Amino acid sequence: MNALVPTQLDEALRVIGTHPDALVVAGGTDAMVEINAGHRRPRMVIAVNRVAELRSWTYDPAGATVRIGAAVTYSELMESPLAELIPALAEASRTVGSPQIRNAGTLGGNLGTCSPAGDGLPVLAALGAVVHLASATRERSLPVSDFMVGVKRTALEADELITAITIPVLAGWQGYSKVGVRNAMVIALASACLATDVTTSSVRLAVGSVGPTIIRCADAEAFAGESVSFARRSATPATVARFGELAAAASHPIDDHRATAAYRRHAVGVLASRLLRRAFPND
Amino acid sequence: MSALVGERTRAGRLGDSITRPDGTAKVQGSFQFSSDLNAENCLWGATLRSPHPSARIVSIDLSAAYRISGVEAIVTAADVPGQATYGLISQDQPVFASDVVRYVGEPIAAVAADHPETCRRALEAIVVVYEVMAPLTDPERVLDGSHPPIHPDGNLIRHQRVLCGDANATGPIVVEGTYEIGMQDQAFLGLEAALALPDPGAAGVELYVATQWLHEDQKQIAACLGLAPAAIRLTLGGVGGAFGAREDISLQVHTCLLALRTGRPVRMHYSREESFLGHVHRHPARIWMRHHATADGLLVKVEARMVFDGGAYASTSSAVLINAVTHTQGPYRCPNAVVDGYAVRTNNLPCGAMRGFGVVQACFAHEGQMDRLAAACGIDPVDLRLRNAMVIGDKLITGQVIENVAPVERCIRETAALPLPDEPVGGHDRNTMRLPGGAGRTADAGHIRRGIGFAVSIKNLMYSEGFDDYSTARCRLADGVVTLKFATSEVGQGFVTIAGQIARSVLGVDEVVLGTIDTGVGSAGSTSASRQTWMSGGAVNAACLKVRGLLFDAVAALYHVDANSLSIEGSDIVGASGALRVSVLEASTGLEFDETVEYRHKPTEDLDDNGQGDCHTAFAFVAHRAVVDVDPELGLVKVIQIATAQDVGRALNPLSVLGQIEGGIAQGLGLAVMEEIIMSEGRVRNPSFTDYLLPTFLDMPSVVVSLIEEPDPIAPLGAKGVGEPPTISSTPAIVAAIRDAIGRPLDRVPVRPIDIIG
Ligand SMILES: Cc1cc2nc3c(=O)[nH]c(=O)nc-3n(C[C@H](O)[C@H](O)[C@H](O)COP(=O)(O)OP(=O)(O)OC[C@H]3O[C@@H](n4cnc5c(N)ncnc54)[C@H](O)[C@@H]3O)c2cc1C
Repeated sequence: MNALVPTQLDEALRVIGTHPDALVVAGGTDAMVEINAGHRRPRMVIAVNRVAELRSWTYDPAGATVRIGAAVTYSELMESPLAELIPALAEASRTVGSPQIRNAGTLGGNLGTCSPAGDGLPVLAALGAVVHLASATRERSLPVSDFMVGVKRTALEADELITAITIPVLAGWQGYSKVGVRNAMVIALASACLATDVTTSSVRLAVGSVGPTIIRCADAEAFAGESVSFARRSATPATVARFGELAAAASHPIDDHRATAAYRRHAVGVLASRLLRRAFPND
Repeated sequence: MSALVGERTRAGRLGDSITRPDGTAKVQGSFQFSSDLNAENCLWGATLRSPHPSARIVSIDLSAAYRISGVEAIVTAADVPGQATYGLISQDQPVFASDVVRYVGEPIAAVAADHPETCRRALEAIVVVYEVMAPLTDPERVLDGSHPPIHPDGNLIRHQRVLCGDANATGPIVVEGTYEIGMQDQAFLGLEAALALPDPGAAGVELYVATQWLHEDQKQIAACLGLAPAAIRLTLGGVGGAFGAREDISLQVHTCLLALRTGRPVRMHYSREESFLGHVHRHPARIWMRHHATADGLLVKVEARMVFDGGAYASTSSAVLINAVTHTQGPYRCPNAVVDGYAVRTNNLPCGAMRGFGVVQACFAHEGQMDRLAAACGIDPVDLRLRNAMVIGDKLITGQVIENVAPVERCIRETAALPLPDEPVGGHDRNTMRLPGGAGRTADAGHIRRGIGFAVSIKNLMYSEGFDDYSTARCRLADGVVTLKFATSEVGQGFVTIAGQIARSVLGVDEVVLGTIDTGVGSAGSTSASRQTWMSGGAVNAACLKVRGLLFDAVAALYHVDANSLSIEGSDIVGASGALRVSVLEASTGLEFDETVEYRHKPTEDLDDNGQGDCHTAFAFVAHRAVVDVDPELGLVKVIQIATAQDVGRALNPLSVLGQIEGGIAQGLGLAVMEEIIMSEGRVRNPSFTDYLLPTFLDMPSVVVSLIEEPDPIAPLGAKGVGEPPTISSTPAIVAAIRDAIGRPLDRVPVRPIDIIG
């Protein structure tokens, strides 16, 4: 197994263009597990975690967006000022693995793996993030919902890199919760990101681990938009309960050795209700 | 070869909390575990395993694998020169499967090659044709006789009945329940690993291996290789935990066989996934119990039916079963009993020793019953346990009288008196991370209910049922330095610390050198059954005392005093009159004393057909109180605190005792709420630490401890074994606390979220 370690984006794009069968590795927290388990046996690895352009982020106050390089780590996402700009992403990052994993693991890697349990993904889906892809010859940008195609399947082409993710900065409460059987370092059995946007008086909800990919709960969002009061930050108990039911109804989980489908559906409803209550603490 | 050897342990006598000689190296990563061992010109070994839980082997074709360059040897059942099977109690497990495979993961062949990658390709190139059969996975099908034997020894490994007192006795209060215990893994962090160095001409082999019992390995390896035991020399490789999983042979015979075949050193390591298949586990069990009691909660009779799934091979199943049935009553007086225990053979993973050894399963059931009884009688659960607590002179249902020290009541009272956590739900800082759900921040304080649970246990110490249980130690004193030699496996429990403390206390020296742990001295027995401090500690103590006697004789002769008047004070030898004072260093300069001693505990008996007999040696007791926070809606749990008072006899190294208590509680917590090997149709669904969950720091509660020190007069140092008790009743205490929080029965461990939400 050989490794290439580009430090500039154009160099990285060139080498992936000439080695489209190479495995891209950022933090390696998914890729190395697969290699060690023998599920992947790449001849060539391209390490992208030293590419300066992928390691940085920028805030555009005018456009109210943050553009995050694909190789920015969870530890960085948890810190100020990013944590204030996109609080739900910081919360989701804090739930990821252990300190070691958060120091190495990246948002780009989470997208690259595209597990339905990826903790960064419900946040990106709820906030309507855009994924930027580039090859040596072209660039394109996709809404995250189009980027995620299925269980561990994405729209990424073999000669492309994920370069960055643009995330809208919303005014309003946002948060993330995930259910696991252990209190830390655990794969989500169900997860949810709720974000509010006070400028449009809208509520967004995306759920994870309850379908082949992240699900935006359109019915629940529409219902909440009509039922809550942004002015009083209030939601009735009935609204909170119904919101959970709609979230559960939007999910289509499977049974596996980690949990039953019924439990996952139930749990995602509970998470949705509780997140709504956190966003609208008054009855 | 391990970092312990030859290292001079620090000063510290019995009762001191000195730190371990291997601690720093382990924390800093420089400790040499057996997987770090290497030798020049070394080959790698790897094992081909059955993908089927039950199948006939039609053919094995090695030709394609042999054509791969770098492959030096491939061995199968046909190459085993000695006994084809091995086992700790009955030799029913093939070194390699030849005609049938009986579990997923059963070894079929082993390869030696120049590189792990070559091994992998060679294993892929071996063509095995199977005729797949339906697996026997339900233990009840063994008992109803509806399944033909899957092994020449039959499907029933052991049945043991216990009949005590009046089988027809009854009481006004009757409670019953059926309890289930899932399959727990020992989950040691240091995976199976060994290095074998062949003698010239294949006359013998030297094996470095992480094991619990060097001499038992030696015996079994020799039998399978058709060599004399002396031809197999074992040295302990650095061990990263054991918990019972290193008591059976795993890769020992395979590694030696490959080394003898190739005439080259061979190293073999298991991966984590392979480790799940490559060692025995805690028995999953189903236990029905019915308790009869008086209206004020005094036990009249216990009835039980226990079914332990031994998996494909016997391992220690029969001994595990005996422990379970003889501990049915728990640490409570109970005059009458009717118990039937069965250990059965299935096509599931083989099960055997794990910390607690059968008592874990029995205790989960009897403690569930004690809570049911308390509820039925309207008595507080702690009070009910106090009313029934065993005392010295009480009889077990086996007829054996509890002698020596049995502070059951003290364990209960002191545990109950330990302070409850003063913090509210979520902690003083109101951190949602400290609620059930932890880092996932699923709950707010208002969603949480707190519960408190209590459990008590009794655990036999050392080997039972007539086993000739002994340990050997050698003590050499020369020029003020003591050198100790023993074959006691240091698996992390800290015997290497205690051994030095004993020598320093008995002989008044500062310098204690520990010899290599190997088969160059007699057997120490297994590092299991909470026995090494008692047994090897007893042997080291006896050897040191013998040397001290000789030293005193020499001093007495030199100074013309009575040897019986001499004693050790600090690092000096002093006479009774105070007239004589000479340092041990001075007295031993130019002299050498070298003594080897075998220590045995008092003999035990077999059980008769009615389960009567003095089958155990000694017992230790412990109580646990658990405080848990539960999110009833999501079914998530956070254990907040465990309080425990443990009967330790005497704390020879209080810090080590605390380590055992905290570690044992972590393992008991794991069984209570997360650890389970999930099997379906004989296949393991979760053979990785991604899906087999172990408690993290955030799952571990604060632990408040009271050590009950009533030295046991029959224990050589007054100390009881402390390793197993913490694991045993911590599990039922936590489950009781969850029941208390949600107000519903929970009869299965681990408790899953769906069990809580109901
Ligand atoms: C112990 C442990 C705990 C974990 N816990 C969690 C958890 O709690 N939550 C969670 O969501 N995940 C968890 N993970 C998984 C993993 O840490 C995350 O998915 C992480 O985001 C992966 O990022 P990475 O940089 O390490 O990706 P890598 O492993 O380097 O790559 C992952 C995939 O993405 C591709 N890729 C990476 N970067 C790019 C790029 N710039 N362009 C194109 N393709 C790219 C790679 O080719 C690969 O296919 C855990 C992993 C471990 C080992």
